[in-house]
Parts: sequence; structure tokens; C-alpha cells
Amino acid sequence: MEDIISILITTIRVSTPLILACLAGLYSERAGIVDIGLEGKLLGSAFGAAVVASVTGNVWLGLLAGIGVSMMFSAVHGLASINFRGNQIISGVALNFLASGLTVFLGAAWFGRGGNTPPLTGDARFYGIRLPFAQEVSGVPIIGPIYSGLLSGHTILTYLAFLAVPLTAWVLWRTRFGLRLRAVGENPKALDTAGMSVSWLRYKALMITAVLVGMGGAYLSTAQAASFSREMSSGRGYIALAALIFAKWKPYPALGACLLFGFLEAMQYRLQGVDLPLIGRVPTQAMQALPYVLTILLLAGFVGRAIAPKAAGQPYVKER
Amino acid sequence: MDTTPDHAQRPSSAAGASLAIELKKINKSFGSVHANRDIDLAVRRGTVHGIVGENGAGKSTLMSILYGFYHADSGEIVVGGKPVTIHNSSDALALGIGMVHQHFMLVDNFTVLENVILGAEDSALLKPSVDKARRELQRLASDYGLNVPVDALIEDLSVGQQQRVEILKALYRGADILILDEPTGVLTPAEADHLFEVLKTLRDEGKTIILITHKLREIMAITDMVSVMRQGQMVETLETAKTNPEQLAELMVGRRVLLRVEKDEAKPGDVLLDVTDLVVADDMGTERLKGVTLSVRAGEILGVAGVAGNGQSELLEALAGMRASKSGTIRLNGEDVTAHHPDSAATLRRKGLAHVPEDRLRMGLVTNFYEWENSILGYHDYDKYGSGLMLDVKAARAEAQRHIEKFDIRPANADLKTANFSGGNQQKIVLAREMERDPDVLIVGQPTRGVDIGAIEFIHNQIIKMRDAGKAILLVSVELDEIRSLSDRIVVLFDGEVVGEADPATADEGELGLLMAGVKSDTTPKREATT
Repeated sequence: MEDIISILITTIRVSTPLILACLAGLYSERAGIVDIGLEGKLLGSAFGAAVVASVTGNVWLGLLAGIGVSMMFSAVHGLASINFRGNQIISGVALNFLASGLTVFLGAAWFGRGGNTPPLTGDARFYGIRLPFAQEVSGVPIIGPIYSGLLSGHTILTYLAFLAVPLTAWVLWRTRFGLRLRAVGENPKALDTAGMSVSWLRYKALMITAVLVGMGGAYLSTAQAASFSREMSSGRGYIALAALIFAKWKPYPALGACLLFGFLEAMQYRLQGVDLPLIGRVPTQAMQALPYVLTILLLAGFVGRAIAPKAAGQPYVKER
Repeated sequence: MDTTPDHAQRPSSAAGASLAIELKKINKSFGSVHANRDIDLAVRRGTVHGIVGENGAGKSTLMSILYGFYHADSGEIVVGGKPVTIHNSSDALALGIGMVHQHFMLVDNFTVLENVILGAEDSALLKPSVDKARRELQRLASDYGLNVPVDALIEDLSVGQQQRVEILKALYRGADILILDEPTGVLTPAEADHLFEVLKTLRDEGKTIILITHKLREIMAITDMVSVMRQGQMVETLETAKTNPEQLAELMVGRRVLLRVEKDEAKPGDVLLDVTDLVVADDMGTERLKGVTLSVRAGEILGVAGVAGNGQSELLEALAGMRASKSGTIRLNGEDVTAHHPDSAATLRRKGLAHVPEDRLRMGLVTNFYEWENSILGYHDYDKYGSGLMLDVKAARAEAQRHIEKFDIRPANADLKTANFSGGNQQKIVLAREMERDPDVLIVGQPTRGVDIGAIEFIHNQIIKMRDAGKAILLVSVELDEIRSLSDRIVVLFDGEVVGEADPATADEGELGLLMAGVKSDTTPKREATT
């Protein structure tokens, strides 16, 4: 039981940035903007959050900075893909390279620790929140470990990430903004001919993307870890995109997909150095590769037909 | 947005007299192309006003200016007696101008209701708008006979129903003036008739309707007034009752045009193309041809009629060797050439089958290539254009030049990019390429789609000439008029099956229309022969 709870706790921890990044991608791709730059945004905002938190000693300012960095990235991506009708993949990949290089360069220049930031302490990082009565019920069988152990004790960002899922579903299916967002990713012309601005709607989607992925990045460096280390996003942006496709661009399945990837990562930590029956000791590297192998397998065939928003990836051009 | 019907407040006595829209001296240029030149147009309230003209005559540009997609370089727009400026589509909608586009502006995986309220939502939450739209659509359905299942997804609706959704969208937004751009291109004759009934009801309720079309028959059937455009200019506005198709065609083209194809009796010879129980699936694995049997003789044209999407594309692709068939046989000159692997298009060409694909831009041409390159494409590895690694550019150009002269391709310059030719001339490039190989069998898909009247006449005559030279021709077209005037025999394809055969000389449109809608006639005698 304790083993399971401990694996699940880790699952929630490592899923949080995936969920945030995945929902971020959902808004952007639903609006018709493919955002392969999620990876770079995660990395950039992790760096921004760690730097500002470390300098000011205030983790909230760090979070704002993280969101600010992803906003800037989104602005560049929007400018390239909405205004200049550039290739969205190329723009996203460029941003990934930029984030990867810039964080190390600036980190080395400012802190001289090989691209890492100084460890965050005190108010400069997020801590777990104890839910009410967690102490009291911890002794109760079953409910105790689940409530006090599994559900309680996560940072505010984790709770926000999980709340963002029903919120996103509600926005998408119940609001005017959601209707237009879905429409602009499917057939932007329908919106244009109905007298609405395709560009402005897409920018709004990119802003939401930036806020969510900014939170995800800040989580990496100020909640999950206590400093920025180079390349700390380690492909989570890509995995979030894979989860998004696996989930067919729907919020609840996206949560499920992220938890699945998170679970694999948690298993990977757990099984390192453990002797398995029959197989023996599995090399660490093989375990670490597990989430990536699963990504390939899922995308290669197990997903079924994933139909992307029809206009995703295509710049909108008024024709004729 | 207030959607209470305006006609309730308008004095009905003024209906015929006042002008709904007046355009004065509208000019619009795209680069060096003067798309609209000093256009004047007055549309009376409560009428159906047709606008005809060839492709590129400037009809769509003019309507796009009216709908706020473009801004006129100069000129004045007067709506309901007041001069207005229309910056974008919302301005147009606010003035009560609604547009039904040729390619529907619908979101396929949205429901009808969602599509109708998109952009006309009343509040940040959807619920109230959806409820209101549901009530409003019910009213519109009973008022105008515009019935659609409001909770169905657009992709599950027929094309005719989708078009109704487009009209409902405009009416829901309070449109008083409806612009319809080539509305019948995708409809069955029955659906088109239904549309015309709806339009007449709308007109009688006081709405103003502007109908853009190139089908003169429709102009004659439904409009009160008709304006003819040619090369960016307004040529003439006439009362429909006082004109006729011949006069309109002449005004459109600028010279006399023969609307009827003149041809002699066919002299059918041996069966050259023989198709038995052909079953073909599309890319998704759905069977689109479910056992088609037909044959084409030398010296005859077999017309395949039907509403788009009933298996015509798969038939053409299977016959051309581009798509594998699941079962059945295709015989060319008695030889079994059934494509079990879709790699035999080139082989079939060498065996005497030429193919004019239905979508010239997707399958017939590479628009980025020069004209001379396209005029040998598919035959480029023939020995006459050089053997081994090198291409005999000189021979290819000579060939292209021959095509240009014989088919009157304009501009007569083989070194232009194909994209710079008009639709009609691009089609002539494809036709010339395929016909000049002197094939035994020619299969032609939509030969005059997006082609001007003048070029249509030419293309039709070329096809007749091929027939008279003893070739077997299979013609697939969604234009029923074209099928009827060219074919010697007609088969109707519905849902992947041949549902009937007809003689173009005796078949009336109603009978063919029923067949196209899938109503099998019991009196069709050829049914046994085709199974």
C-alpha cells in the first residue's frame, strides 16, 4: 500500500508540469496554432522563474517572471505564425533552440554555476500545502493515506493544474470564447465571414497558452526542484504534445494521458536498481527511456486516428 | 443582435419600388488587373436579382466588396437609401447583408445550432444563445420551409442541408439582403428546385436576393432582373422576362455562342472499354463503388451522371489505373487491365487509354511548371522526348507549341508558368495533352468545371470530334446539361451503383433527377443488363 501511494504521489508531482503544458498546447492547437515550442517555453519560464525567485527571494515574482518569459516566446511565435504566416513548426523549433541556448548562456553569465541557478530557499520556492484535517484523518485506514498522503501536501501549482482541467472543459464547451476558439482551429473562414478577427482570437489563445506553460515551467524550477539546471525540461514539452495528440485535443483525456506518462516516469524512478523477478536488474537507462518509448508506441498506432483541428498549422490567409 | 424580422416593420407597398442596394462607380484593382471598372448596380427591394458573367468577370469581387471582404478603390455603396462604408463582414451583417458562399463557411464538426450562433452569440455563456437559436430556427423553418435537424453535426448533413444552414445563418443574423454565390453547383436538381422555392418564399416575404451564377437556365427560372458582367465591367441590366439565354450568353462572352452542341448520330463500333462488377474502396476503406458494370463502344460517348460524391471520383481513378479495385474487371480492347496494384496508370496510357482528371489542379497539372512541361507530363519518358537520362527539350517545346495552336491556348507562350493561365486554358492544356496522343479510350472527368462559356463550346466540340474519329469516350460530369448535350447514352451513378440508364434524346430532366436522388425507376429496362 505504501509503495503504491508513494508511486502515485510521485506520479502527481511529475504529471503537474505535463498537465499544464498539455493544456497550454490544447488552447493553442484548438485555435489552429501548432506549438512545438512548448518545450522551449517550459525551459525558458523555468529559468525566468528561478532567476527572479532567486534574486528577489519571492517565489510569486518568480512565477510572474516565468509567465512573462513564455508570454514573450508566445508573442514571437504569434508574430511569426499569425502576422507573418510563417511555418509554425519552424518558428517553434527556433524558439526551442533559443531557449536551450539562452538559458545556459545567461545562467552562466549571471551566476557562473555552469548554467544552473543558485539553490532556492525559504520564500523563494513553492512548498506543499497541507489540506484541512490532513493531520486528523491520517490515521484512518485507506482514507488516511489517500487524503493525507496522496491528495494533501502538493504545491498550489499542482492544485491549479488539476483545476485547470475541468475549467478548460467548461470554457471549451460552455462559453462563447470556447465556441470561437474551436471554430478558429477548424475553419477560420467561418469566423472571418461572420465578422470576427481570426488573428486576435489566435493571440488570445496564445496568451492562455503562455500563462499555463509559464506555470508549468515555474513548477519545474521552484516547486519540483529548488533551482534551475540546464535542460531541465528534458523533453516534457514534447511529451505534453504527444499526450495532447493521444488525448485527441480533449481536456479530460489529456489529464489521463499526462497521468499515464507521469506514472511511467514515477515507475522509472521507483524501479531503478530494483531486481525484477525473471528479468533481473534492468539498466537505469532502459527505465529512463520508458516514457519516450511509450510516446512512440502510442503515436505510432495505438491511438487510432487522431484527427487534429483541421486548420492547425495553417496560417490564415484571406483568399481570392 | 436583434433578429426580429425587419419585414414586419417595413411598409409592404414600398416593396417593389425602393432600392435595397445601389452601387455607384465601383472600382477595384489587384495589381495590374482591373477587376471592377466603374460598376453601377441597382437592386430593387423584394426582388431576385441575378448577376451573370464568365469566370474572372468580376462578379465575386463585386460581391466581396459589398460583403466587406474587400474595399473598393473608389465608388459609393448605398444601402436602403443611405450611403455607407463597409469595412468588414460585421458591418455588412449590421446593414442586413448576408452571404451564402459557394464554399460553405461552416465548421464541419459543430452542430447546426453551434454554427448558426457562431459570431452571433448574445452572452459569454452559450446556453441562452443556443436556446434562443433553437426557437428562432423553428420559426424560420416553418416560415420558409428551411428544415434542418438542428442538433446534427454539419459533416453528417447532405450538401443541400448544409446550404440551408448557411441561409439560416444569414437569416438568424437578421439579413434582409441575401447574396448567394453559385448556390446550385453542388445540388441535385431536386435540391436546386427546393432552393428556388425557398428563395421565392423569401422574396415574397420582402427579402432581397442577389444570385450569382453562370447557369443561364437558373437566371431564366428564378430571377426578376439580371445584370451581365464582362471583363470587370457591367455590360447590361435587363428584365429577365424580356431577355433569353442566347442574348445573355452573347452579352457575357461578347460574341455569338452556340449553347447547344451540334453533333451527328453516333456510329457505335466494338466495345473498347468494358467494366464488370467493379468494386472500389476509398482511402478510408469505405466501398464507394459497389459492383458497377458498364461498357463504352468505339464512336460513342457514355455519360455518367450523378451528384458529386456518389462514386464518380473512384470510378475515374480506378479506370485510369490510379486506384486498386477490390473486385471486378476492367477490360481495355478486350485485355484485362484491372488495377490490382495502383501503379498501372502509365501502363494504361501506353495501352491506349487517356485520362483527363476531374481536378486539373490536383491531378492534371503541376501549376508551378512551365506550360511546355505540363504538356508532356505523363508522357515525358516516351522516346520522342529523348531516351536515357536527357530530356529532348526542343521536341517537348515543339509538341507544346502544336497544342497551343491546335487548341487555341492563350496566352500562346509555352514558357509561362501554368499557374498564370486561366482555368479554361489550363483545362485545354490537359485536354490537348491527352487527346493528342490519339488514344482509343478517353475518360474525362468534369471537362468544363470552372471554364468559361467560350472555352466550354470549344472543349465540347473537341470531345465530339474525338467521338466522330471512332474513340470510346467516358464522360463524368456533375453538370446534367453537359451530360445530356454530349452523351449518346447516360448512366446514373448513385451511392456507388448504376441506378439507371437513359437515352439523352428522350430522357427528361425530372426522370434523371429522380435517378440522381437514388429513386430507382421500375421502368428502367437496362437494369438487368447492368447486373
